[in-house]
Amino acid sequence: MKLNENVNHVPVGPFHPLLEEAEYFNLTVEGETVVDIDMDIGWMHRGHEFISEQKTFTQSIFLVERICGICSTSHPLACVHAFEDVDNTDIPERAAYIRSLVGELERIHSHLLWLGLAGHFIGYDTLWMWSWKYREPVLQMMEIISGNRNHYGMMRIGGVARDVDPDRVKTLRPILDMLDKKLKMIVAAAKDDPVLKSRLKGVGVLTKQDAIEMCATGPTSRASGVPGDVRTDEPNDAYGWLDFKVIVTENGDVWDKLVVRLLEMLESTKICRQCLDKLNTVKGPILNDVKEISAGEGIGRYEAPRGEVFHYVRTDGTNRAIRHKVRAPSYVNIPTYSASCKGIPIADALITLASVDPCYCCTERALRVKGEHPDAIDFLKLSRAKTERIRREIHGH
Amino acid sequence: MGWYNKRLAKSIWVFHVSASPCNNCDIEILDLLTPKYDVERLGIKLVGSIRHADVLLVTGIMNQKIAPKVRKIYEQAPKPIFVVGVGTCPSGGCCFNDSYNITHNRKDVIPYDIYIPGCPPKPEAMIAGVAKLMEVLNE
Repeated sequence: MKLNENVNHVPVGPFHPLLEEAEYFNLTVEGETVVDIDMDIGWMHRGHEFISEQKTFTQSIFLVERICGICSTSHPLACVHAFEDVDNTDIPERAAYIRSLVGELERIHSHLLWLGLAGHFIGYDTLWMWSWKYREPVLQMMEIISGNRNHYGMMRIGGVARDVDPDRVKTLRPILDMLDKKLKMIVAAAKDDPVLKSRLKGVGVLTKQDAIEMCATGPTSRASGVPGDVRTDEPNDAYGWLDFKVIVTENGDVWDKLVVRLLEMLESTKICRQCLDKLNTVKGPILNDVKEISAGEGIGRYEAPRGEVFHYVRTDGTNRAIRHKVRAPSYVNIPTYSASCKGIPIADALITLASVDPCYCCTERALRVKGEHPDAIDFLKLSRAKTERIRREIHGH
Repeated sequence: MGWYNKRLAKSIWVFHVSASPCNNCDIEILDLLTPKYDVERLGIKLVGSIRHADVLLVTGIMNQKIAPKVRKIYEQAPKPIFVVGVGTCPSGGCCFNDSYNITHNRKDVIPYDIYIPGCPPKPEAMIAGVAKLMEVLNE
């Protein structure tokens, strides 16, 4: 790039107070406009694929659960699909419903988590506290099902580890009913909010063309009008027997990504309800005991809250995988920044970075460094000031 | 420094460092701020800068890329600073001990004062851990 006096670099990271993971962005800005973005990843690299090749199948599932704490059903689920694909192992019908139930509960908790953080980024802490308050019932349901709030340890090759017996279904149902009511309230409130609307509409647009070219997945691509969803494209577990809609919107801006996630949560509660109904009627075992896995290859796909998780395993007849490849959805969604972040004001960059729900929620705060003198301007403050300005314009006070 | 620590224990300000965790401890730490647990009623506050912090909450197994940065964060902190390792990773390495990229001698990078075990520890356990630290500071 030609050296230009007006061009500044804004480093974001690697540590962001308050929030989760360590990531590093380097935004090139001209005045207030972002003209380029560079990323540095690898702060969280722990060598999962390497460790997995030294572990037995059951240990591998335990390990991939710890790839991400938020997708801690999606990775094991894709992993067991891959191992089952080697021998075409079938799973019992009851296990399929339990898998889908846990998967959809995780989707609700992940989307609520994102909604809260998005609210926090643009200065709507009310939205944050609200959505995290109603995330608690989901974690409570998870605790009833699996015994842990996160990291459920439910998946096994050939089924699931724990049964959801009728007593538990009875306990879960009132919580789900309450959650459904509250979710509808949150969705209606967020969709009607004039400030949220004017703050997010038209911001960080990812066009359909870009979404296809950059292979975006999940809500990121569905908000741009690309109707891809593993749950309907290649239905596994119980998804083929359940009734739900795939939410697709057209505009590709942050508002549409918000709407896709909000409506998806309602679809997920619908799926959970159907699964609970089925668990009352479908009886039978929950685990087909798999003694050994023959030599071969297998792939597993699952629609995680952020997009498609893909696992590939190659086995050689022993109790270990000799190759285990993982592709997480954020990995393909993060490069879309280079299309969606260009040409937007820096106050909007934060929410655009967060809008793909990257598997790190670190874009919370940054220091602006001009030349060699760190002249600290709070990134979050810029974003919040803009919301406040819009709020004043709308409400007139 | 007894008198200082006693004053510190009245309101502990914590700074959160994620050193290659799986996010789970981190979202549970954030969960502490939200209405169900609300640790601010106990005087515990998550702050935005290391310069304001009394306690470092470190999660994760600390890979080799991030270890120097964690050390830098620790050096920038005003002393005395107390380091709390949250989760199984800082104490035992969880299931990552076979990895090529983790720091095995995490205690040499930063000196941990207490560990809160669990994968992830429950929010109640985290509050109990910090309460224990307050107890020690009050002695």
